Amino acid sequence: MSTAITPELVTQHQLSPDEYRKIVGILGREPSYTELGIFSVMWSEHCSYKSSRLHLKKLPTRGKLVVQGPGENAGIVDIGGGYVIAFKIESHNHPSFIEPFQGAATGVGGILRDIFTMGARPIAVLDSLRFGRLDDAATGARNRRILSGVVAGIAHYGNCFGVPTVGGECIFESCYDGNPLINVFALGVCRKEDVFYARAAGAGNPVIYVGARTGRDGIHGASMASAEFTEESKQKRPNVQVGDPFMEKLLLEACLEAMQTGAIVGIQDMGAAGLTCSTCEMGSRGSVGIEIELDRVPQRETGMTPYEIMLSESQERMLLVAEKGREDEVFRVFRKWGLEAVEIGVVTTDGQMRVKHHGTTVAEIPARELADEAPLYDRPHTEPLRGADHRFSWSANVTVQDALPTLLASPDLCSKRWIWEQYDYQVRTNTIAGPERTDAAIVRIKETGGSVAMSLDGNGRYCYLSPREGARLAVAECCRNLSTVGAEPVAATNCLNFGNPERPEIMAQLVEAIEGMAEACRFFGTPITGGNVSLYNETLGEGVYPTPVLGIVGLLKTAAPVTIPFQNAGRAVVLLGGVGRCDETRFGGTTYAKEILKQLWGLPPELDLDREKRVQSAIREIVAAGLVESAHDLSDGGLAVALAECSFGAAGIGAAIDLASDLRPEVLAFHEAPSRILISTAHPGKVAAIAERHGIEAPVVGVTIEKGMEIRQRAMTLGSWEIATLRAAYSGALESYVR
Amino acid sequence: MKFGVIVFPGSNCDHDAFYAVSANLGQPAEFIWHDSSTLGAVDAVILPGGFAYGDYLRCGAIAKFSPVMKAVRRFASDGGLVLGVCNGFQILVEAGLLPGALIRNRGLKFICREVRLTVETADSPFTSAAQKGQILRMPIAHGEGCYFADERTLDELEAEDRIAFRYHGNPNGSLRDIAGILSRERNVMGMMPHPERATEPLMGSSDGLTVFQSMLRAAVRV
Repeated sequence: MSTAITPELVTQHQLSPDEYRKIVGILGREPSYTELGIFSVMWSEHCSYKSSRLHLKKLPTRGKLVVQGPGENAGIVDIGGGYVIAFKIESHNHPSFIEPFQGAATGVGGILRDIFTMGARPIAVLDSLRFGRLDDAATGARNRRILSGVVAGIAHYGNCFGVPTVGGECIFESCYDGNPLINVFALGVCRKEDVFYARAAGAGNPVIYVGARTGRDGIHGASMASAEFTEESKQKRPNVQVGDPFMEKLLLEACLEAMQTGAIVGIQDMGAAGLTCSTCEMGSRGSVGIEIELDRVPQRETGMTPYEIMLSESQERMLLVAEKGREDEVFRVFRKWGLEAVEIGVVTTDGQMRVKHHGTTVAEIPARELADEAPLYDRPHTEPLRGADHRFSWSANVTVQDALPTLLASPDLCSKRWIWEQYDYQVRTNTIAGPERTDAAIVRIKETGGSVAMSLDGNGRYCYLSPREGARLAVAECCRNLSTVGAEPVAATNCLNFGNPERPEIMAQLVEAIEGMAEACRFFGTPITGGNVSLYNETLGEGVYPTPVLGIVGLLKTAAPVTIPFQNAGRAVVLLGGVGRCDETRFGGTTYAKEILKQLWGLPPELDLDREKRVQSAIREIVAAGLVESAHDLSDGGLAVALAECSFGAAGIGAAIDLASDLRPEVLAFHEAPSRILISTAHPGKVAAIAERHGIEAPVVGVTIEKGMEIRQRAMTLGSWEIATLRAAYSGALESYVR
Repeated sequence: MKFGVIVFPGSNCDHDAFYAVSANLGQPAEFIWHDSSTLGAVDAVILPGGFAYGDYLRCGAIAKFSPVMKAVRRFASDGGLVLGVCNGFQILVEAGLLPGALIRNRGLKFICREVRLTVETADSPFTSAAQKGQILRMPIAHGEGCYFADERTLDELEAEDRIAFRYHGNPNGSLRDIAGILSRERNVMGMMPHPERATEPLMGSSDGLTVFQSMLRAAVRV
């Protein structure tokens, strides 16, 4: 390719003059056009983590159950019985804004490939979604369209592939208007000895291309995900790939079967940066070189240039290295599944990623330098961006009685049934607890008799008020959700959604959030085994709230789950952890402040890590002892909302509670102080004994009743409701917003 | 009794059906690959849910041409028991083994939810373990499950007592609330709900076992 490399061309590839000089240094010459393209995607923010890598090192990544931490396609954790789980969360924010259906669908496809490329069969998906407000006069229609498209895209891909989508979260906020966040978590399982790594090895071994043909779709997708959105971004629609879940399902079955032959040395999916990333990373990890001939790459279109072939992000493709002489065993399996498998190259000893086209070398780059020597920036960071007031002055002219139904019908708190009913959350018949039944989704592992619980959590409002505290709270909440179903949290994955890191006040948000997350993950013993950083979530200079999303997994025995709803009347209602620290200066980030006061101020709720841990230990012990009939942690919307959710069971059992507290009624009812769990039990004495042993309060605050729900404060009624009224507000709201 | 579970490349409830009959019914089972032209020594065949060949055209439209479907058709005409669940029902309809069609849900969205079914007839090898009028709880999970047929066909199905299950609270717009139907000879049944997903308490319901127990009973009697 004889295209001259001009400074303009370098800038168009989002490479700085310094970065370009570094490229020239590595090559010892000017790069060709193809090489420039290769460097630009590998050194994009999305692939290289150049702004975040320095700080990601602060995260704990090791643990006694961690088999594989960050750096592979997914983290691996030992679950005992000879089995491991592989899991990770990834974002597909930018593509989903441009083309919601395909953007979200291919987001699911990408993370599923990350899981089965490690040899694990995906058994669960969860989604963490953020959209702009559905009722906004100016942007509501577009936000509704994005929501509908994203949900349909996730459903299309996951349902057809045959993986259950078992849970997640969905929040609506104006800051996500031009920047929805689509974070997809997937988890798979396999035998410990069957784990595969994305490493090339063995000079002379064949490099085999498998799956869909390469087209011009998705070229520069990784670079697109590394820049802010402008008006021209809509022109980038061709950068979004089109997903084919049926092809992915074939790829899954064929890859798992081919791995069983023992003829595969290493395997990696072609995700962001496609063939470029898979070849140089596999070479780099294995400290070998790879040479490929592009003429042999199956192509969907004619006349594709080396640049296009190398940068294409066509979906449903894998690259694998097989043992020389055993290629046919691999080919046979792929033929059985009707898939194209072609030998496109060979493993070499010289450490070079060499790309040929019609026999001529078009790119020759040291694989390790390309993959691992990406620029690393210690970007300046000052005080985190914060537009909210620290002062608080508020007065509620809405009673607790009236506020509760309003909150239950608010987009953030209402039932998300409209979303999750579009997902097959049961396929594989392992779903012990699907959406909205428990605080954490539970999927059993038939082979071991154990189950895995999973929870996703993130709170952009909290993090906007204090990135450090918000991130700590997200970790705590995830672990609490797991503990509430009796699971022991063991490991985590994270998706860091932030704005433009070149702005010091945004970079500060990122740094503080990572540090807060590191502290909490270390404290709870949940190392981060992998994840994803999504920066430049800005449109026309407006950034999203800093939104780190945690995905944490826990382990428990397979058994009927302890669910949210009250089961029987006449049971004691215990508030494990007590009313807690409901400081008024820490009320401005709550859903009450958002929906009723229309304000955002102060700080997020205060988290005492030690206390939180003791509450979690206590609830796990209480659940394990079989002492509870229902359990639900207090989170968004606080005590009153949690109590209502506990009353939405099939049995229609409600509760009457009376709290000995001097807080303002709204604060008492709706504060989101952590470390609190609402349970119903026939054994309050035994529960109290366990709580005491853990040094936490566990007041009996009331009793479950046949009908209705009532909250009193020192015998004065704050609110009294018919369950049916509350349920109607909660159940029907989302559908009415979407219409 | 040995169950054969047909595996199309896009089947994704094949393992679930296998698990239901082997682990929860306690009967042997084997998978049958889609390009196989024989079924082997099986006493009943299950066409499981999924997206047989991607179903980008019309659900089951390509599957009906697969080699294994020739074998299934022969098996059925010899009186063998054939159960089609979800995508399996769609394939049976496309293959002409059952009348009518399954079109997009009235709400145009995929729906995954537990439904209640009324057993409309106990006079079949798939429902004999149930009582007529009994209510069974099991899930649905489909985007194209709205049963459709002309009036004459519907009248005929009713007249011949060939409606196996009806929905309580019709979730998808199916005509006359039809959730499952039988062939004229009553040895082929198609149903949109998933009995294999309701075969043990941990799944939330064991009502689906009734279908498999009925099949077992029929096979043993043979």
